[in-house]
Amino acid sequence: MNNRKQYWKKNLRYLLILLSIWFIASFGAGIILAEELNSIRVGGFKLGFWFAQQGSIYVFIILIFAYVYLMNRLDKEFDVDEK
Amino acid sequence: MDLATWTYLIVGITFVIYIVVAWLSKAGSTNEFYVAGGGIHPAVNGMATAADWMSAASFLSMAGLISFMGYGGAQYLMGWTGGYVLLALLLAPYLRKFGKFTVPDFIGERYYSSNARLIALICAIFISFTYVVGQMKGVGVAFARFLNVPFETGVLIGIGIVFFYAVLGGMKGITYTQVAQFCVLIFAFTVPAVFISIQMTNNPIPQLGFGGTLSDGTYLLEKLDQLSVDLGFAEYTAANPDNTVNLFFITAALMLGTAGLPHVIVRFFTVPKVKDARLSAGYALVFIAILYTTAPAIAAFARTNLIQTVKDAPYDDVPQWFSNWENTGLISYEDKNGDGKIQYLADETKNELTIDRDIIVLANPEIANLPDWVIALVVAGGLAAALSTAAGLLLVISTSISHDLLKKNIKPDISEKGELLAARISIAVAVTAAGLAGLHPPGFVAQVVALAFGLAASSFFPAIILGIFDMRMNKQGAISGMVIGLLFTTVYIIYFKPQLGGPGTPDGYWFGIAPEGIGTVGALINFIVSVVVSRITPKPPQEIRELTESIRYPRT
Repeated sequence: MNNRKQYWKKNLRYLLILLSIWFIASFGAGIILAEELNSIRVGGFKLGFWFAQQGSIYVFIILIFAYVYLMNRLDKEFDVDEK
Repeated sequence: MDLATWTYLIVGITFVIYIVVAWLSKAGSTNEFYVAGGGIHPAVNGMATAADWMSAASFLSMAGLISFMGYGGAQYLMGWTGGYVLLALLLAPYLRKFGKFTVPDFIGERYYSSNARLIALICAIFISFTYVVGQMKGVGVAFARFLNVPFETGVLIGIGIVFFYAVLGGMKGITYTQVAQFCVLIFAFTVPAVFISIQMTNNPIPQLGFGGTLSDGTYLLEKLDQLSVDLGFAEYTAANPDNTVNLFFITAALMLGTAGLPHVIVRFFTVPKVKDARLSAGYALVFIAILYTTAPAIAAFARTNLIQTVKDAPYDDVPQWFSNWENTGLISYEDKNGDGKIQYLADETKNELTIDRDIIVLANPEIANLPDWVIALVVAGGLAAALSTAAGLLLVISTSISHDLLKKNIKPDISEKGELLAARISIAVAVTAAGLAGLHPPGFVAQVVALAFGLAASSFFPAIILGIFDMRMNKQGAISGMVIGLLFTTVYIIYFKPQLGGPGTPDGYWFGIAPEGIGTVGALINFIVSVVVSRITPKPPQEIRELTESIRYPRT
């Protein structure tokens, strides 16, 4: 049972880290800091604008696949994966 | 071949495909009817989810909205994609482990209360029905505009198609037709975008062309900023500091709403395993992102193209597409200063050009001089987007009635066969009712969609999250949270929506938050009320604590 608790704790830690990145990329870079980031240019894009209309979406995709990878590993480690 | 023939041909072919696919995937049991037997491959489910999710509005209207909003259009782009992160991380895997058929199922069992189930049921039906009426209307409009069929006939054809495959196939039929519809709609959306990107920036990938240079060597977005300023509009890419709070809340409300919409959530009941549910949300977002990262590029291309074409152009020299769309009333010109040229300006008193935002996607292929078959394809794509979303929503309505209401509340001893028949009858009734409502849509349909998102965010999202992550959450907490969250959100939206009869004006918005963003506050209120009430009322029973514990682990 202790093992179970640890599995859940680790899951919550992953969630905290990934959701922080989720928040920073969208609400942070795309909204709150957009004006400041707009002074930085990458190619034809202002950075704040790019995060708001492109970058945040790419970050979202990466986050989901990172979670899939981490949880598949965790499921195996704690032997709760579906056979 | 002319445009009308091409359109009939392509739309006809796609409809035949949907019908054949539906016939091949008929449902034989309630399990197949509700969740497609639970055996859908995660990538297939991802595609079906994407089609389910992307509605007529995503396909036809979103790029146009962004094109007129500039930077602020990001609220739709982030809001309608970011919710998938919440779904994948916080909801989908646990609901899959729970392994029932519907959202009211989860609410009812986790909160051991048929009242909770009933509240969830009413919300699910209300949200889905308001949403589906808009889709039916979209089908009618697409037919009317492109096939010269009366609006009513268009809606009836739409009803017929959805009726056939939803009644016959249930979730199983809907899933596989949605896969076909996804392919049609994504192809139809990206093909014109690629052509236009090449024409303007010489880069075949719209997402890169978006940041590329025009033939004169200036960056596209720089040029667009300049053109916008010249006409008196704000810079296209500039953030508006006065709108930051509002943008934040609207984006959050759309994200939480996405993660709380029943027709999206039920898609994750159809995959075989918990790990498939996580992966499937990833696939879904990839498929959705193809459209959602292309749309802002189209918006910028079209805006630049449009301004360059009409800016101070003599009215007599306008290109053919301009006159074509003038006939439909989507674009209109009034020579206020009598100089025979088009002044397109931010200043209302001097502006001579009125443009409907929907024109951005619809007229794009013509503006870029693409062949007729591409235009026909866009029509088929818009229809695919509307039909696939409508089918998913109708299924939620029918399942709510036959499973949650009939089987779980009124007649628990109903046989499997009887329930399946009831499911078929209720979806038939739902399709017909939605079609009729689509024929005579109340003027406030667009406003009601904001309400649907607000309600999903302020009712389902917190109740499900707490049901998974808070062991101590009990029925008193969850019910009071849902009721107060719902009431608050509904009252605020109605009060500040003149189209719904509310007396409020934007000056009265709390902290400048528009009704579209209030679902975020409603969700917060729901969370707080739930937690406080649950701590001062009895613990949930032991078997509920065990249920909550068990959904946290893929295998127990």
